Amino acid sequence: MPSQLKRLIPLFILFIGLFLVIRHFLIPESFGQYGHYRGNSLQENASRETVYADKEDCYACHDDILEKLNNEMHAGLSCLICHGPGQTHVDDPQLGNINKESGREFCGRCHDINAARSIDVVFQVDIKTHHTEKTNCIECHNPHDLWEGME
Amino acid sequence: MKASAAAAGTIILSSVTRPFSMLLIASDPPPEEGPWWGIGIDITKCIGCGLCARGCKMENSVPDEPFYFRTWVEQYTILNNGEVKIESPNGGIDGFTQSVPDEEIFKTFFVPKMCNHCEKSPCTQVCPVGATYESPEGISLVDQTYCIGCGYCVQACPYGCRYLHPEKKVVDKCTLCYHRLEKGLVPVCMEVCPSKARIYGNLKDRDSELVQFLREHDYQVLKPHLNTGSKLFYNALTAEVS
Repeated sequence: MPSQLKRLIPLFILFIGLFLVIRHFLIPESFGQYGHYRGNSLQENASRETVYADKEDCYACHDDILEKLNNEMHAGLSCLICHGPGQTHVDDPQLGNINKESGREFCGRCHDINAARSIDVVFQVDIKTHHTEKTNCIECHNPHDLWEGME
Repeated sequence: MKASAAAAGTIILSSVTRPFSMLLIASDPPPEEGPWWGIGIDITKCIGCGLCARGCKMENSVPDEPFYFRTWVEQYTILNNGEVKIESPNGGIDGFTQSVPDEEIFKTFFVPKMCNHCEKSPCTQVCPVGATYESPEGISLVDQTYCIGCGYCVQACPYGCRYLHPEKKVVDKCTLCYHRLEKGLVPVCMEVCPSKARIYGNLKDRDSELVQFLREHDYQVLKPHLNTGSKLFYNALTAEVS
């Protein structure tokens, strides 16, 4: 082996060593634990707070409403659909800060007549012409008991 | 001597390249243990209420501006003259009103869109720092503390499911509500879907709701020619949808 190459060998080893040392400090902890990413990131993603409550928590207090609902067209619908996120209400029920949707606009999201909506899936009315003398749907329809007090 | 040197060299080399193995193998097979999540969307059941898109924004604090979405709904209207009209006012978060009179419509339907959680995700392959990855459960996630916000993955996603968060300056996307799944809760878009048009399930479990859905419907994925290994299966998907 030529002598000039021999002199380069320690230099090469030094550079490779230096590379490995620098790399060691640059790679974050738990990187490569499961794959080419930080393993701790999985727990970080999983530990985020929920905003939407667990619907089982609703049933724990409001089982009477659940029973009513399950005898209805709206049976099986989650409370969170109309009443919004609700985690703050579950944490502190005194706040009572859940949505109580009542108007044409909200009910119309599902029930306004639209050619793209299957009539087999959802009952539809034209919210612009349906009983215009009333403002809110809940004046006649109780969402938990739709035909309550009607003929 | 030579053989042992070669063996030692291989061991050293593999120890150095181990964290980069994702570059060598484009996709890891699903792990033996644990769930392997997939999604099913039934277009015939979607009524376009947009509560999924609205709920997702609230649960995941997605910015309100109408171009940041983790999930959104599109209305496809195929007119009698063959023209295809695609609408998504505000991503559907305020619901839809019919804009074309009945007489002109040949066919119309809603298509909810979200991350496909691909098995061979184009987005995770292009990340230069390893800040986005597929979790052992098959969910494509972002490590927001490690992301440098270069936006390569936003470009790489063929489904447009990623965006740059305007305040955090990093990439944000659907996590299939990973924080809820790990607590045993249902992802918000599926929880608030009144017609059960969106479902999720364990693809490894023969009895799961999703596998049952796949068994009973003629399902299709978006852009199958890209071979992304999408795990979002649509029932009644037509050729107009991309």
